[in-house]
Parts: sequence; C-alpha cells; structure tokens
Amino acid sequence: MNDMTPTQAERTGKLEGLGCRRKRTEDIRFTQGRGNYVDDLKLPGMLFGDFVRSSHPHARIKSIDTSKALALPGVKAVLTAADLKPLKLHYMPTLAGDVAAVLADDKVLFQNQEIAFVVAEDRYIAADATELVEVEYEALPVVVDPFQAMAPDAPVLREDIKDKMDGAHGPRKHPNHIFNWQVGDKQGTDAVFDTAEVTTKDLFVYHRTHPSPLETCQCVASMDKIKGELTVWGTFQAPHVIRTVVSILSGIAEHKVHVIAPDIGGGFGNKVGVYPGYVCAIVASIVLGVPVKWVEDRMENLSTTSFARDYHMTTELAATKDGKILAMRIHVLADHGAFDACADPSRWPAGFMNICTGSYDIPVAHLEVDGVYTNKASGGVAYRCSFRVTEAVYSIERAIEVLAHKLGMDSVDLRMKNFIKAEQFPYHSALGWEYDSGNYHVAMQKAMDAVGYPALRAEQKTRQEAFRRGETRQLLGIGVSFFTEIVGAGPSRNCDILGVGMFDSAEIRIHPTGSIVARMGTKSQGQGHETTYAQIIATELGIPADDITVEEGNTDTAPYGLGTYGSRSTPVAGAATAMAARKIRAKAQMIAAHLLEVSEYDVEWDIDRFKVKGLPEKFKTMKEIAWAAYNNLPPGMEPGLEAVNYYDPPNMTYPFGAYFCVMDIDVDTGVAKTRRFYALDDCGTRINPMIIEGQVHGGLTEAFAVAMGQEITYDAQGNVMGASFMDFFLPTAVETPKWETDFTVTPSPHHPIGAKGVGESPHVGGVPCFSNAVNDAFAFLEAGHIPMPHHAWRLWKVADGLGLHA
Amino acid sequence: MIPSGFEYHRPNSVQEAVALLAQLGEEARPLAGGHSLIPVMKTRLSAPEHLIDLAGVSGLKGIRQEPGHIVIGAMTTQYEISGSPLLAETLPILRETSLQIGDPQIRYLGTLGGNVANGDPGNDMPAVMMCLDAEYQLVGQSGQRGVRARDFYLGAYDTARQNGEILTEIRIPVPPRGHGYAYEKLKRKVGDYAVAAAAVILTMTNGKCTMASIGLTNVADTPLWAEAAAQALIGTGLDHAAIANAAAAAETITDPAADGRGPAEYRTKMAGMMVRRAIARAKSRAQN
Repeated sequence: MNDMTPTQAERTGKLEGLGCRRKRTEDIRFTQGRGNYVDDLKLPGMLFGDFVRSSHPHARIKSIDTSKALALPGVKAVLTAADLKPLKLHYMPTLAGDVAAVLADDKVLFQNQEIAFVVAEDRYIAADATELVEVEYEALPVVVDPFQAMAPDAPVLREDIKDKMDGAHGPRKHPNHIFNWQVGDKQGTDAVFDTAEVTTKDLFVYHRTHPSPLETCQCVASMDKIKGELTVWGTFQAPHVIRTVVSILSGIAEHKVHVIAPDIGGGFGNKVGVYPGYVCAIVASIVLGVPVKWVEDRMENLSTTSFARDYHMTTELAATKDGKILAMRIHVLADHGAFDACADPSRWPAGFMNICTGSYDIPVAHLEVDGVYTNKASGGVAYRCSFRVTEAVYSIERAIEVLAHKLGMDSVDLRMKNFIKAEQFPYHSALGWEYDSGNYHVAMQKAMDAVGYPALRAEQKTRQEAFRRGETRQLLGIGVSFFTEIVGAGPSRNCDILGVGMFDSAEIRIHPTGSIVARMGTKSQGQGHETTYAQIIATELGIPADDITVEEGNTDTAPYGLGTYGSRSTPVAGAATAMAARKIRAKAQMIAAHLLEVSEYDVEWDIDRFKVKGLPEKFKTMKEIAWAAYNNLPPGMEPGLEAVNYYDPPNMTYPFGAYFCVMDIDVDTGVAKTRRFYALDDCGTRINPMIIEGQVHGGLTEAFAVAMGQEITYDAQGNVMGASFMDFFLPTAVETPKWETDFTVTPSPHHPIGAKGVGESPHVGGVPCFSNAVNDAFAFLEAGHIPMPHHAWRLWKVADGLGLHA
Repeated sequence: MIPSGFEYHRPNSVQEAVALLAQLGEEARPLAGGHSLIPVMKTRLSAPEHLIDLAGVSGLKGIRQEPGHIVIGAMTTQYEISGSPLLAETLPILRETSLQIGDPQIRYLGTLGGNVANGDPGNDMPAVMMCLDAEYQLVGQSGQRGVRARDFYLGAYDTARQNGEILTEIRIPVPPRGHGYAYEKLKRKVGDYAVAAAAVILTMTNGKCTMASIGLTNVADTPLWAEAAAQALIGTGLDHAAIANAAAAAETITDPAADGRGPAEYRTKMAGMMVRRAIARAKSRAQN
C-alpha cells in the first residue's frame, strides 16, 4: 500500500452508487434536443392517421358517408366500425373488465369520441379528409351529472351491455351502473357512528382533471407482411402489457409482435391504457402493409384519452370529544365516463381507495364505491399517484381538518393524537392493508419545527384580528397534510393486469471488460431510470455507474415487466435489479475465491472487490472478476457473468410525508399566493437525492395545478370545456411556488435496499395541503368545506358569499 | 392543430401588400406576428386561402418622435416596445403593458399592429390605445386615412378597418410629462388573456386630478373607453370615494362573457377592482 491507494471513501465515491447526487445521464440528450420520441420516427412510405370525432356527446349514428374523403387525392383508407366489426375489433377490452368502443358502433357516448379513422399520405391531407366524412346524428338525451346517472328515468347509455347485469365486479343495479365495491366492517362501523360523541359528514368532490403530459399519446405501427411480424413504437408506460394485448387482439403470435417505447415525454398515467388510435393504426398497417403513424393533438389528448379523478366522496368520521377517531365511513360515487377504462389492477375496481384511513389508527371503517357511466370521456387513471390514492388521501386529510375545526382542536394535534405509532408497524389497517414501516410522529415534529408552526398560527391569529378590523384584505391560510401512500403494486397474489401478475424484472449482463448493460421491464417517462438503476447496480456490484447502460422499452430485449406507474419502478423493478445483482455477486464471489486460491467462505465483499478476510491487500476487483468470468473459471462453472430476476414483491411499500403550505388570499380578487411550501418526504432508502428532489418538485407542481385550477369540465349539454392549454391550467415557472424539500428515512423492511418509491408522493400529499390551506384561511369565518379547484373566481365567490365584499 | 392549405405571399412594400389584398379579396389575411391568426388557423376556426406576410414590408417597423406624438410602426414587436428608452420616457404605460403580454417568446414575434388590428377583445393594447387616444393609420388602394382607436372597435373581431386596408402605424399623443399611469391586469397565468384589465393615465396638479383617461380590456365584445369613470376623477384628490365612483362607473359599461376566467359577475367586479388599483398606482406615480 502506498499514498496513491484510494481510500474506502474514494472508492465508494467513484462508483456514484446509492445516495449519490448523480446528474441524470439521460439529460445529456434531452437538453440537447437529441431525445428519440415516437414522432421523431420517420419510416419509408409511412402514412398518417387522423380521427373523425363526434360533435355530439350522446347520439345515434344514422349514417357515415366516407365517399368524399376517399375521393380526396392522397387518402388511402377510411376505417369505420363496419370495417372493424368482422375483425371483432370495433370494441376492445379495458383493463377494468369492460369493453370500450374503438370506433363508434351505432352510437356515440361522449363528445370527440372516435367515429372514423382516415389514413392519408401526409398529416395535412388526413386532417382535410376528416372534414369530408359526413356523419348523420340523431341526438339523444345526455347524462352529465353522475348523481343523475342511476335515476330511474335516466337514459340508458351503454346499449351494448344493457342486458348484462352481472359486471366484471359483480351485479349492476342500473344500466348505467358499473359496480358496487365494499370493503370493511359495515355493521361495526355503523354501530360506532350511532353512539359517537362527535361525527362529521361532508361531500368532498375531487374534480375531473387530466394527466396532460407534454408529449401526447402516439404510435407508429408497421406490419411486415413478408415476415408476418408487427412492430409498434408507441408512448407506452407498460410496453410488455401492450405487446400481450396486441397479440391477443390481433391474433399475431406474441414473438412476432415487437413493441418499442422510445423516449417518452411524460406519462403520469395517461400512457398506461390502450387507445383507439393504437388499434386503428395497427389495423391500418396490417390492411395496407405500410407503416401508419398516429399522433394525438393537444385537444384530443385532453378530451379523449384517460382523464383522472371525478370522485364524489361522502366522508364521515366518528370521534370522541377529546379527538380520538373511532371510525370512518365513506361512500364514493365514481364517474367513469362512457366506458370503464380505469387503469387499476384487475381486482381493484376503485384502485387502492381503501387506503383512505390514511396515517391514522382508526379501529373500524367501511368504504363503498359505486361506479357509474356518464356521457363523458372514459378513463379514471392514476394521475401521478398510485391507484386512487390521491382521492383517498384527499378525503381523509380534508376530513381531519373538518373534525379538528368542529372539536376546536388544532389539526396537527388531532393528527398527532391519532397517528399510527412507530411501534405498531407492521400495521394492519381496518380496511385490509399491512403498512410496512413508518415513523409519523417524528416526521410531523420535524416538519413543524422547520416551518415554525406555532409562530405561523400566532401570525394567523393576528391577521384574522386585523382583517376583522378592516386593516387588511388578505387572509392567511396554513395548510397541513400528512399522507401515507401505497405504492409498488404489487404482490401477484392480489395484483394483476389482465391476468399477468404485477411482478417486475431486471436482467444484468457484465461484459468481459467490466462494463454492464442492464434491462428492466419498466419504462421511464422522465423519472430518470437510466441514472438510478445504474446507481443500485453500482453499489451492489462495485462497478462505476458511468460504466453501466440501462435500457428499457424494447420488448425484444428487455425482460417482461408490468411497466412504470403507481410509483412501482423502484419498489418492484428496483428490487429485481438488486436481486439480479446479488445473484451475480454470488457467482463473482466464487470466481474471486478461485482466483485468490482460497475458499469462497474466506473472501468478503468490500465496495468494489472481494478480499481475503484479514488480508485486505489480497483482493480481486469486480472488473478483474468480470474478465475471469470469460476465461478463468472454477472447474465446471458456466462462463459469463449475468443474471435475471423476476421480483414478486411480498408487500406494497408505504412512503409517507408531512407537508405545510402558507398561503395569502386576496379576498377582493380571490387570488391565492403560496408564500411558503415545505415538503418532508420519507421514501425509505434514498437512491439519488437530487432525483428525489426533482420528483418532489414536479409532483408538487402538478399538485398545485390540480388544487388551484386544473380541471376538465362539461357544460349541461355534455360539451367538453376548456380542453386546451388556454384554459386547462398548466402552471409555468412564474405561477409555481418555491418548493422546500426535506426528509426522514424509514427503510422498507421487505425491500432489498429499503427503498419505497417517491414520484407520486408529492402529488398525493400536495393536493390536500393546498386545499387545506385555502380552507384554513376561511375557516375562522365558518365557511364550511370549500371545494376544489380553487380558482380565483371561486374563492372570490366564497368571499362574496361570506359578505366580505359588502 | 393542423391548418387547412393556404397560399403564402411575402410582399416587399405597403403598395404591393395592398395590391395583393385587393386582388385576392376576402380570402386573404395580412399576417403580422401571427399569434392570434395562426392558432385559430390551427384549430380551423379560420381558414384563409391566402396569407400576406407583412414581415418583409419595409417601413412598418420602428418608433419615432414627432412634435407632440410618438409614432410606432405596426410591425414593431412587443419586445421592441418594452425595450425602447424613448417609450420608457414618454409613454411608460406601453412598456408596462407589453411586459404583461404573453411570454418572452411571444413578445419577440407579436407586434403592436397585430395586437390592435385584429379586434380580439382579449388583446391588451387596444384598451391602452383608447386610453391614450391613439390614432391608427390605415392604407388601402384608395389612399390613407386615420381612425381613432376610440372609434375603431365595433365588435368582437369587427373593426373599422376595411377589407383591403392595412394598418401601418399608430400615432399616440404624448401625455404631459409627470403623468401617472398604470396597466393592471388580472390573469390566471402567464400568457393568458385578462380576466379583466384596466389602463389608466392621469395628471395631478396641486393635489387635484386635472386629466384622466381609462381603458378596459376583455370585459365586453370590444375594448372599452371608460369615459364616465375617468370623468369621476377630475377635480378630486383621488380619494377613496372618487376612486369608488370611478370603479362603479367602469363596472356599469362592462358586458363580459362567462368563461374559464370566471362568471360575468366576477369579471365585472374585477374590472372595477383593476380600475381601483390602476388609479391608486397611477396616483402614486404622478408628479404633483
């Protein structure tokens, strides 16, 4: 050893492994405009598709005349339901056990629904031709309000299934009813409510919004008729699932279907499902034998492909006078639009809504969800959250505030009093989940200390007095939320997509010179997988992250996986990555022992090498071992150094966090300004703190958007309103508050590296925090629950209703 | 998001542009910065067969001073307006307004002429021009004429400009040195049209308001000149009551649409609120 020998810290640092604030490797191409997105793909002879869409929200289609469109030079085909019917492709199965129209058959059920697919030589001709398709409609009465959907005289929307009163999730009560789903102890819960000292009951509406990734949904389908093989490039969060679905629907054997998801410009749940555009592009390519591209525009994206939320949650809490919560009862009316196209695991019609008891030790609870059809676009996807978790957390975190106000208690004190205690983990919730780990009191106290909570409340009191004296027109709101997420779906015993268990996978291959290619079954849409997976491998295998290439999205090369959504990549594929690496390390240990001429039990792992126990100068680095794996192995050992792991998680992971928001509201304009936002996240082991902070910034920004104005609305006639970025609120850097991030670390006990996932936590926790801040500002005026979204005009109306403009 | 087909023309002179307009008739549209026209073409709400791009026309750009007036070429961009030292000194309300239009990318392309000529009630500059009593120069085949901004706006996208005419420049009387000014705009986010906005200029002499003018944006089919509201300020010390009177007078002439920016009632009240705030800020800036 001499002075040049690197220290352990230097060797660890060189790896840029777990815990390193490593810059995102993918950003080199993204920041230079060198990403490779679907719409960048140009193939020889490629045609372009565009949709004829319904101008009516509910109408019978009397006739479709495509002759003028077909006569336009450059138009190659116009597909309608009549063309798809013989292929049995005019409807497609949804992930939720329903079917959805690919092209409207007989009638349309929402405005902008797909009626015909025009294929032309260029994008402009395709658009021109859509205007030449003549559709004759007979307008039908419209159901917009989900509360009217099951009225006895409500128009029947889904005539295709009107006699099928046994749905995918049990009996249906009405032709417009989709399912009734119940969890928990109804009798026990009702009994507690009957005798409780204090109860609350509010309707919390979580409005319809949309994930709105900057890149819309798109694909290129290319059928090679000679080889009988179909290649589909697309914006797919779950490319393998798409391959399986395409194979089943098309009848093309799965090994002859190649699905490739190139770089994706944001997904947020929007790119999980299968859309008519994909099906039509594939059919058109099969029919025409040339590649067909379909690219959604912004209005199509916002008004047709998978909305989020639209949950109407009647939420009740029962408690003692001194604030011990005894029971929770929720009824949800879930507006699913025209088809049940929620992207949830098959057996979960309302996702994981039963996480709604939140971070609290609530002894008994009951949840009931009724899904209904309306004349709106279908969807109900998890927009930057695990399945229905933002809805659940919004419900409990608003209810906590309402209860605290009713009790005259500080809402933080109420939370502290009811938190699940550290020693209760693993904690079994009343609605059936096993929370893996948590330390809620510590997190909340750290957050309170960071924001100076008592001083804020004192300032608020002073402000309220000044407001009452007419010295200020600004209200001060202090928003608090404490959330527990449920992510990493999931154990295959209770989670599957179309029958495929929700495991995930990693394959790691070490080359002779010691660099690595690794492939996963997930698919980054901006999360930074190429950076973080490499860090896991770097720490597990002692190879610098810079020497590791991570590939995803090509179903020909990547092992089968269920994709990226519901914060499942780190909990599931991240675990698979660690497990695959450990298989490699076990083999490497044997090779090292062979090279060092000792027993494998006499060597031990040390950062980037195996060394002989007690003789640190006798070692073989992983790089040396990699070379030996191809030329100098123990007798009888298979050459090479690679491994695959399919990881079926034993449980979900349960990240949590404590958020505070300080907001000033101008009662004269209704304009709310967030002065401070503090987010403490506990996502277990932190792989790359910089990426975590970036994820938190992004999730909070989307939370801010949703809480403060982002929505998809319909007028009473069923016309979709505001489906463009003129009206749909996508905040810019100017509107976005400054984010402060913080953390505690409570590792997951069942995950190989203790990581829990973080991408969606800030959205889940952020939305109720903003909404609570708004509500808190007005609470001293007894405003009651103020529904989202908190547009300026809505807050002005609240103030007006309270007589503040007199 | 895919426009219909159109022919593109790029004349070099006003005469050439006017001749093209006359020749091509109603299916031709002049194109300035394109930030109103191109989006409506992409959504196919508008499908002109000919676009006459004014970008190559000489003499339509620039800011110059004449006795008592500032003259701004129609193709002068919002960016150039916000960066002009001459305007900062003589007409600071223009800089304040232009900086509230769109975002930097839009301001590099968007022009003053386009903003005032197309008659979109959401555009910001028309109300400012009414407030300042600007005059628009229109050139057609039969010659040139001036139309006051206060007479120019007839309805949504309906103006006194005749087919075949091009708006070439804007002449603005320079307000007295030391005047107070403000453009108060309430909007949902950067780049959005106003929920309501108010342009105010005024002068103060010995503690009394001696001149005032008020324009309102996006609270009716056209931009509005709030004459009575301004009149309510003259001779007062711009005290609370005078400002309240002006705001109330402004509110009465509004007739806003209900849209994503809020119900009509809200937008009317916000017009009043913007008037209040603009007056207060203008007062704080006025030399006495």
